[in-house]
Amino acid sequence: MRRKLSLSQQDALLGLALIFPSLVIILGISLQPILSTLYLSLFETSRGIESQRTFVGLGNYGNLLTDAVFWVTIGRTLYFTVVSVGLELVLGLAIAQLIHAHPPGWQFLRTSLIIPWAVPTIVNGTMWRWIYNADYGALNGLLYQLGLIDKYIPWLTQPTTAMNLVILADIWHSVPFIALILQAALATLPADLEEAAAVDGANALQRFWFIRLPLLRPAILVALVIRTVEAFRVFDIIYVITNGGPAFGTVTISYLTYLESFSFGHVGRGSALSFLISLFTLIMAFLYIRILYRPEEQ
Amino acid sequence: MKRKPLQTLLLFALVLLVLLFVYLPVAWLVISSISTRAELLSTPIRWIPQNPTLQNYINIFSPGRSTSEVAKTFRITLWNSFVVASSVTAITLVMGSLAAYALIRLRFPFRRFILLGILGTRMIPEISLVIPLYLFAAAYRLLNTPLILIITYLSFALPFAIWLMAAFFQTIPIELEDAARIDGCTRLQTLFRIILPISSPGLVSTGLFVFLTAWDEFFFALIFTSTVAAKTVPVAIAEFTGRYVVDIGSMMTGGVLAAIPPVMLSLIFQRYIVSGLTAGAVKG
Repeated sequence: MRRKLSLSQQDALLGLALIFPSLVIILGISLQPILSTLYLSLFETSRGIESQRTFVGLGNYGNLLTDAVFWVTIGRTLYFTVVSVGLELVLGLAIAQLIHAHPPGWQFLRTSLIIPWAVPTIVNGTMWRWIYNADYGALNGLLYQLGLIDKYIPWLTQPTTAMNLVILADIWHSVPFIALILQAALATLPADLEEAAAVDGANALQRFWFIRLPLLRPAILVALVIRTVEAFRVFDIIYVITNGGPAFGTVTISYLTYLESFSFGHVGRGSALSFLISLFTLIMAFLYIRILYRPEEQ
Repeated sequence: MKRKPLQTLLLFALVLLVLLFVYLPVAWLVISSISTRAELLSTPIRWIPQNPTLQNYINIFSPGRSTSEVAKTFRITLWNSFVVASSVTAITLVMGSLAAYALIRLRFPFRRFILLGILGTRMIPEISLVIPLYLFAAAYRLLNTPLILIITYLSFALPFAIWLMAAFFQTIPIELEDAARIDGCTRLQTLFRIILPISSPGLVSTGLFVFLTAWDEFFFALIFTSTVAAKTVPVAIAEFTGRYVVDIGSMMTGGVLAAIPPVMLSLIFQRYIVSGLTAGAVKG
């Protein structure tokens, strides 16, 4: 005689059945590769991805942590992350406020912001690389015609300038994302609080700082974490604009991992780098979850 | 609150400034794609082409004898991108909405743990997965096939779709579902007849984000594909720069063509993009 399952047992079974295919895929192509990377990082492989491996324990990590190139690369990645995300937040918030003030043309502006966001990263990079071109680029052409420079400048031959110009391209792409998120958040804020404060004599700056900004905090934090994770792993835009150059001057941590694993054939070292990136991401993901699921909201 | 005319004027000037920042680079991209080679390489720079030409577009859509190899194969890479992005979108929509429904509405062991795990997986960068995935692809002879791109794109697309659909399902009142159950619908009938139809905005939004992300993807495509059999548009565009004679015109034309589908889709489905972003979408 078959036992009839209770409703809640049926639900549990159905739930597991519905989630099972997705779970298998996620475990197979995300979790398994991370663990496999950890395993590969314990070996030395000096001649390409499919060559013989020698067990070296934590040797690759030891080598990395005592290598100046690693720390310079981390520093450069942090520079990119902090400067681009910082500027993007400030500009994004400013544009969101501008739209929220509903000046003439605000709807057209809001629609227009979707364009840079939707342009594929590689197209974005290619476009800016051409704008920065030393001999025929639009940046040189424009600055020269405005009389701001007296001869064309080879923008991408100096590492710091090259990095800052990559940041500019990234800003063009990402500011709209932040502006649109924050603008949507602004639209949901109650207006009466600010009006009451205005009646009580708070000036515009005080209303912004003490009322609007705290209310926007959750949206800002979400945008901040998402953009930080993305900026820290920047690869595509650097690959197209500078190719890591000049003289490896714009190589970030993802780029270094790519070079070690696929160009230099140091797969063990590449795996160690890639596992360190996973660790950083997990820490950021943890922070993100804490922000999204605060105890009082459950 | 009323504004003084001067204030309105100032705000309007700022709007124009932002619009310039948005449109100038795009305008230059389009202008470069319809300029002749001679004009592109002229100093001082010419902003408006004297002899606009669609030759670069013709080269891509009906390549002649003298057309460069990259331009000749560009059409095929557009098709590859389309196949990969649509397959990924279809798979993630089906699997993602089933999984999201289970996570939001059904009680089962480890539910919360799985939900948070998926949230975390969504953020794992491709570089952290690529070495073992490459070994896997090489072992099963999947390099240079669209299939390996479809499989590996699921690593970011599926957690993302589950999470976004979960956010949409959460906004559907549970009373609706209870009513359907009282009327004698089973769980699955409720899902397919009630929940999915009213979550169609969520499905559109999720599908759109997944499609755009897959269309945009570069790193896996760079590592896993090098022949026309599976190479996608971003890789093809990056290859224009790799040659020692850089054909700027073709490169910019490729850029315009690669940007048209995502830009048009985003503009047409604007409403869904904004609702997706507020649900906390991840494509940045």
